Amino acid sequence: MYTQALDIPQQNTEAKGPRTIENPAYQAEFDAKIDAGGYIEAKDWMPESYRKTLVRQISQHAHSEIVGMLPEGNWITRAPTLKRKAILLAKVQDEGGHGLYLYAAAETLGVSRDELLDALHSGRAKYSSIFNYPTLTWADIGVVGWLVDGAAIMNQIPLCKCSYGPYARAMVRICKEESFHQRQGYDLLLTMMKGTQEQRDMVQDAVNRWWWPSIMMFGPHDKDSTHSAQSARWGIKRISNDDLRQKFVDATVEQAKVLGVTMPDPELKWNEARGHYDFGAIDWDEFWNVVNGHGQGNVDRLAARVKAWDDGAWVREAALEYARKHDARDSQAA
Amino acid sequence: MERKEWPLWEVFVRSRNGLDHKHCGSVHAPDAKLALQVARDVYTRRQEGVSLWVVQADHIVASDPDAKPELFDPAEDKIYRHPTFYQLPDEVNHM
Repeated sequence: MYTQALDIPQQNTEAKGPRTIENPAYQAEFDAKIDAGGYIEAKDWMPESYRKTLVRQISQHAHSEIVGMLPEGNWITRAPTLKRKAILLAKVQDEGGHGLYLYAAAETLGVSRDELLDALHSGRAKYSSIFNYPTLTWADIGVVGWLVDGAAIMNQIPLCKCSYGPYARAMVRICKEESFHQRQGYDLLLTMMKGTQEQRDMVQDAVNRWWWPSIMMFGPHDKDSTHSAQSARWGIKRISNDDLRQKFVDATVEQAKVLGVTMPDPELKWNEARGHYDFGAIDWDEFWNVVNGHGQGNVDRLAARVKAWDDGAWVREAALEYARKHDARDSQAA
Repeated sequence: MERKEWPLWEVFVRSRNGLDHKHCGSVHAPDAKLALQVARDVYTRRQEGVSLWVVQADHIVASDPDAKPELFDPAEDKIYRHPTFYQLPDEVNHM
């Protein structure tokens, strides 16, 4: 999902933070809390590996929301109507908001916002591979809402009950807003499907390009997912990659029928015995290629992100300077 | 005071009149005025509130999580502080 890069070998994205002292009594208390389905809060004792895993996961998730603004933001000026432009602006603003909720949740674990951003900008931290694909036509905006946000929702709903309180609460807020994203995308596509043959072809073409990347968002198969077992033990991951992927496929194939498009997978068919849709083999070479930075958009996305940060530097500095000046004046007056 | 990052502010929202302000998250901002502005954009995009408070995070004094037992356990055995402790005859039990 947005944190699929958890499955690549640990890189040194860890910033400084409070070091927890290993303590068997605290560990037993922590385990009991997890087993009882309780929540761990920011100031509670936690094993260092739990803290590190959460910093990686929450920050990758946050980076994905922020970088996710780019492929859609790219269409704001070209939206076909004022209504669609207003909707897209609201959606992109939401993605920014989601990134901010998540950075704040990560910061409760003892890393600073600047350290997290620096890890993204320097390429040490990852974000979801899905945002390295280009949005070529207006239909892509609809398909991103329907499939990409649809896949994200599937993954994020179980996170609302994850064991780390600040992350769980951020996810509750995000899930409430995300439903609008998926529905506006589907609504956009329905409108195009009622248009000309050219528009219908455009929708089908976008589905053809986004289908496989969308189901790759759920990450490697369970047997290849190195962090899954530990994350399940910690109550960070409640449902496995393959189970979520299957749930997503089953739901979207039905939605595709209503829309009048087909998925680009000749092996996709209903399996009566399993009660699920079977689907073809996923091209994991492509997946890892994109996760590891060789997708169509990796270089552009990161460059756009860094440019936005650098171009805004003078604003951040000026605002701080203004605050300092007023602090000084206030303390003189006091 | 040397600051490199914008400081952290905790955000509290009153969802409608008659209810308490409730903690809803945090933002970074250089000063109080901008903290309110940022909090509005981040936490009230869908009419979630009618009033906002922002408090610089390091001005909040919190209880020590290790002190949970001595602070909160003494209330555990004082069940007579709850109305349900008192068994009254059925005729007057709605009291």
